[in-house]
Amino acid sequence: MNVRAERFVNHAILVLFSVIAVFPMIGIVAQAFQLPHVDLSTFGTAWREGHFATYLRNSVIVTTVTVVTSAVLSIMAGYALGTMRFRGSGALFLLFVAGLTIPTEAIVVPLYFDLRSAGLDNSYAGLILPQVAMSVAFGTFWMRAYFRSIPRSLLEAARIDGASGWTTLWRVLVPVGRPAILTMVLLTTMWTWNEFLLPLVIVNSDEGLRTAPLGLSFFQGTHKTDYSLLMAGALIIAAPIVIVYVFLQRQFIAGMLSGAVKE
Amino acid sequence: MTTVARRKTPKSRHAASAPRTARRQGRAFSGSPGEPGRIGWLYTLPALLVYGTFLLWPLARGAQFSLYHWDGLGQATWAGFSNYTATWSDPSLRGAFGHLLVLILFYSVLPCCIAFVLVAAMSRTKIRGLTFFRTVLFLPQVVAMVAVAVAWQWVYSADGPVNTVLGWLHALGLPDWRHGWFGDFTFALPAVGAVGTWVGIGLAMVLFLAGVQKIPRELYEAARIDGAGPFREFFAVTLPGLRRELAVALTLTTIMAIRNFDLIYMATAGGPGDATKVPAYEVYNRTFNTGEVGLGCAIGVTLAVLAFAVTAGVRRLVEGKDA
Repeated sequence: MNVRAERFVNHAILVLFSVIAVFPMIGIVAQAFQLPHVDLSTFGTAWREGHFATYLRNSVIVTTVTVVTSAVLSIMAGYALGTMRFRGSGALFLLFVAGLTIPTEAIVVPLYFDLRSAGLDNSYAGLILPQVAMSVAFGTFWMRAYFRSIPRSLLEAARIDGASGWTTLWRVLVPVGRPAILTMVLLTTMWTWNEFLLPLVIVNSDEGLRTAPLGLSFFQGTHKTDYSLLMAGALIIAAPIVIVYVFLQRQFIAGMLSGAVKE
Repeated sequence: MTTVARRKTPKSRHAASAPRTARRQGRAFSGSPGEPGRIGWLYTLPALLVYGTFLLWPLARGAQFSLYHWDGLGQATWAGFSNYTATWSDPSLRGAFGHLLVLILFYSVLPCCIAFVLVAAMSRTKIRGLTFFRTVLFLPQVVAMVAVAVAWQWVYSADGPVNTVLGWLHALGLPDWRHGWFGDFTFALPAVGAVGTWVGIGLAMVLFLAGVQKIPRELYEAARIDGAGPFREFFAVTLPGLRRELAVALTLTTIMAIRNFDLIYMATAGGPGDATKVPAYEVYNRTFNTGEVGLGCAIGVTLAVLAFAVTAGVRRLVEGKDA
């Protein structure tokens, strides 16, 4: 095969699979807006009947609180495990690492019964705290790797300048580690926004607390075969994260990467 | 996600182990800001509290629940390991685990094969718009599974794109292959699997792309001088160079298959009949629909053990070969 022909075949393969990858998404947009005659009425109907304003607000609250809290906790824990030597630090790290494989399915049932007896089902706390726990397992692992890669000269310079460990962390290391932190924030944002099983079980009676993906599933229950309405709903809940992804795709992909093959 | 993330396998395969240990300790500890050891616990404590209370504790409680018969309301009675034996002897549950095996092929093996083709296409010749292709092919990973489920219900619907194309083929004289895919006893499971393949390709591709960049160019040049075509080059250079990334991709996508709840709940609810029942769905179904909380927990614990075993197993496989 000559180079010209091969280049053509390569492009053809990539175009084919790219079309397959975006096709269902294009379908969503086309149906939601009733293309080709742009008609926003379906979209508006879905927005009103589906109560998506409420669901998006809930998702924004849950995601923001989860991501900020878990980022702060992970940075602190990762700092300690990555730069300090203390009794039990190795075992502590292993404990966090063990949490990375635990599927939501394994904890959601006991969570439901225990949160219910604590009066935390159908509450923001019930939605956020387990989500923070799952994010912290990943985040601690992630931040520890970053703090271990820091040149010791940086830490020593801070110490000579008289900075305490706490000041060093927030004034020196966190600003320098922005790429690592941004990646962690992006990934936990995506996972929290898209989480479905946990809200499904925890929010079982208070409709006002449904998150966006949960809202879509109930919307589907009432509009089983009206595809344009359903697609408008799907678009509403998927769009925020897709927009973030398109703007930050470099970091997103880099994050996916280094999370998986950190060596 | 990022389940294999915790691997800290030595990056350089050539480094002798003794210097590596020394370097690791030097890096980890000599940079300590010189505070008393207990400070480390203080920094870790808040994370540990949330993690312990809302992840480890529920896991332990799940293991405890799994040893009882309980309908979620009344008195729980001791069950011993009977919920676990039921997991394997109840035909419907055994079927669910069988479906999981089939889905792993679709979620894991198939995306990796396709990703290899894509990466070969991306790395052999100069490709215009590489970033664009990479971004688009990864996109399915980003969209919430519930939205993916809605989109694919339309793709598979009676007058959706798949059946429309099959209708054209039928008009051209081919047999009529149109089906209500998610509602068909024979085709529902592969139809679910195809969605998993669609989602998994981007992840595997991104991993392999990173791996390919680490393969020394000289190996490709040598292969070309030897007159290797695209296929020989792939099997002699690319595939061996990507062993580690392949292991990671297989682990992550297999765990995606194990955690496959959203799609089943939204698209098929395990039906038609039991055709797409999977363990992840049965955790929910047994607990909240049929009131078998202990059994639901036993399935959940089994899934956690499976996910852990897959991760540990693949890791051992990769590292064992390295040693």
